[in-house]
Formats: sequence, structure tokens, C-alpha cells
Amino acid sequence: MIRVELPAHLRTLARVTGEVKLEVEGRITQRSVLDALEARYPVLRGAIRDHVTQQRRPFLRFFACQEDLSHESPDAPLPDAVASGAEPLLIIGAIAGG
Amino acid sequence: MSGVRVLVGTRKGAFVLTADGKRQQWDVSGPFLGGWEIYHLKGSPVDPKRIYASQSSGWFGQQIQRSNDGGKTWEPVGNKFVYDGVPGTHQWYDGTPHPWEFKRVWHLEPSLTDPDTVYAGVEDAAIFRTTDGGQTWEELSGLRGHGSGPRWAPGAGGMCLHTILIDPSKPNRMFIAISAAGAFRTDDAGKTWQPINQGLRSEHIPDPTADVGHCVHRIAMHKSRPGVLFMQKHWDVMRSDNAGETWQEVSGNLPTDFGFPIDVHAHEPETIYVVPIKSDSEHYPPDGKLRVYRSRTGGNEWEALTKGLPQRDCYVNVLRDAMAVDSLDKCGVYFGTTGGQVYASADAGDNWAPIVRDLPAVVSVEVQTLP
Repeated sequence: MIRVELPAHLRTLARVTGEVKLEVEGRITQRSVLDALEARYPVLRGAIRDHVTQQRRPFLRFFACQEDLSHESPDAPLPDAVASGAEPLLIIGAIAGG
Repeated sequence: MSGVRVLVGTRKGAFVLTADGKRQQWDVSGPFLGGWEIYHLKGSPVDPKRIYASQSSGWFGQQIQRSNDGGKTWEPVGNKFVYDGVPGTHQWYDGTPHPWEFKRVWHLEPSLTDPDTVYAGVEDAAIFRTTDGGQTWEELSGLRGHGSGPRWAPGAGGMCLHTILIDPSKPNRMFIAISAAGAFRTDDAGKTWQPINQGLRSEHIPDPTADVGHCVHRIAMHKSRPGVLFMQKHWDVMRSDNAGETWQEVSGNLPTDFGFPIDVHAHEPETIYVVPIKSDSEHYPPDGKLRVYRSRTGGNEWEALTKGLPQRDCYVNVLRDAMAVDSLDKCGVYFGTTGGQVYASADAGDNWAPIVRDLPAVVSVEVQTLP
């Protein structure tokens, strides 16, 4: 079970509270986790990744296990602790705007 | 008894203000979609309970929300706005080519006949349409395909398509306006478009009378005379009596002819309203006095409307989509400010009072007149 923590506005949009827990088939990567997240919550399509390019939106970052994974390949394996469910994948909105 | 519902888009959410036909006692509900920029909300003329809202965020991009109960509850619908084909380039601020990039929806214009059909004006400038209540959107790419796109450039607020007017007498005719490209008209339901900017003069572009490149801030029409258009340009208030073929300046005795909104009285097609702003580098009213100007002669002769509006130390702006009228008798006029006030007049502008004073900065105001 993969754990994902969303920023508050995306929790509101997806109408969830707390962490999201996802079953993800195959390799656990940014892409496979986000694909599963968007399949469960279609309203999040376009809100984390661009609809067409699938690139991360510029003001969002992906953290896990005290590391910034934002610039890793979307197909790189996520840390074992994320894959095992011990740690969540954090989707973070940049602190900006004063 | 009839009433009104005022739909207010702000930098931090949507608000719905309601009153009966007297328009004296107001109920304020919201914020809806709190924390998001709501550039525009507008209800379907066919089904007033159906309202569409453009919700956007620098972090999370664009959402479109739909209400089926007059704004009490909202549901997200489709947010995929993808340009048709290879988008090409427009001019950047420095004159270099810059690729078209979707940023947000500025304006939503529901069809006059079908509650599931809506037009969306977006930044970077283009027009999209849904025919399934907002679930899917397709570009009417004939506008960008007009051929002048490489000469369009962003205004200070971005290269936005901010005005969409549907001609109630000719179902295939629409007018749009882009900052900074100008006004365009289609006579075949959006397949092809022509620029309608003859008579405009803009000193900030290399050829002041070019066919495109003008920073049009807003255009308006009266539904009984859709061939007569009124325009607030970056500078200059303009009028066309031939569906945009040619324009004449009607700034007349305005204290400044810079401004953003322009609107037409619901029952008097020659009565129009603007809010003069000091200049393009000073986005506030002249002399710290918030004044709506009304012309009862279709322009040129203007009178200041001040009763109930602050006449000292007022330095707010009124943005292009932040003025609207109701169709009660007498005609109600409404506008919102960047200072968070929404002002209403229940007597065509003679007297004003704030409905609310402390909302987030107001981006848009629309009014529904309810049976």
C-alpha cells in the first residue's frame, strides 16, 4: 500500500482527508504512483502534472524520506520505505506568495 | 418577488450575493472554492441555477467548477484545455517569438440557448467551447489560425481573451476581444474570424492604426442592438455602429479615458457606464475619487456618478470583468474593486451603496436577474 500526502487544496479538490492510500501495480515510481492517484481521483489530472507533457507543475515538489525527489526521473524507483508503505510520498506546494 | 444574484469572483474564492427586487438587504454567502483565484463566474441564461466558474492557482493550474443549484454547491468538471495542432508563437514582451502556453481561463460565456454549451476565453489567447456541460473542451482554432497570431502580444496582465459577446439576433455571430491583439468577429459560429479594429489608434504599438495589436480592455453591447458595440480600450472609449467594421472615439469629457470595464444599461441602449482610471501606470481613480461615469447619449457626453462612492483617499482599481447590470426596473448597476468592495446602485447609477466592503480583491462581477 503506497501512502501519498497531498497539499490541502488538492485534498479539498479530491474530497479526501488525511493521507491517500493506493494500490500500485508493478514498479513503484513517481509515474506509477501518480498514474494510480489520478486514476482514483480524476479531478487531480492536470493539477500535479501537465495534461500533455506530464511534467511536474513548477510550484510543486515531491519529497520522501527527507529527500527532494522532484528532479529524479519519473521512472526511477521510489525509496524502499515508500514502496513498502513505511513512509509517504509527500506532494508539496512551494511556499511562495508571502 | 423577483430578485438578483450577484456572482463575485475574487483572488481568494467566489462569493454569491443575493437580494430581493428592492436590492437593499443582501445575503452574502461564501467563500466558495476558498483560497483559489476565481477569475469569472457566469450563469446560463437558459437555466439560471447552472453556473460555471473558472478556478485557478499558480500551484495547481486550472479547474472549471459547475453548480446546478445557483451556487450553493459546486462540482469540478473538465480542466483539459489543449490547443488544436501545433500552437505556434506570438510576440513576447520584448518582441521575440514566444510559444503559446495555456495559463488560465479568464472568461466563461454560457450559450444563449443551451445550458451545456459554454465558451471559454483563455490565456494565452484562444477560445474554447464545451457542449457537454464543461466535461470536455475543444478549441475554436480558426481564431488563432486567422494568420495574425504571430503579431499578438501580451498586455501587462498576460495575453488574455477576456471578452466574449454572443449576438442574440444572429446565432452564428460572436465578438471577442484580446489584450493585446484587439477585437475579432466570427459570422460562422467560430470557424473563421476577422479583426475588427479599424478606427482604433494605439500609440504604444509601432503602427498606431494596425489591424491587430491593440490593447482592448472590454467590449459591451445591448441585446436589442447587437450591431452597436462599445469599447473601453487601454486608452480611449470607442463606439461602433456597424458590428465593429469601424470605430469612433466617444471619450468626450471624461477626466481620463483609461479604464477597464464598460457596460450598457439594461433598458436604455444609449446609456453606458465606465470607471475612469488615472493612467496605465497608476491603476487608481483620479484625485482619489471613485467615480462611475454615465453617458445617456452613447458616449461623448458623460456625467460623474458619485453619491455613495468614496470621494477622498480612494485608490482601488476596477478590473475589466468587474461591472454588470441587472434587468430590473430601475436597472441595477454593480461593480467590484481591487480593495474588496462590491458596490450596487438600484437606480441606474444615481445612488450607490456597498453590498460588502472587505472581500479579497474582486476580479469579476456578474448579475443574474431572477424571476
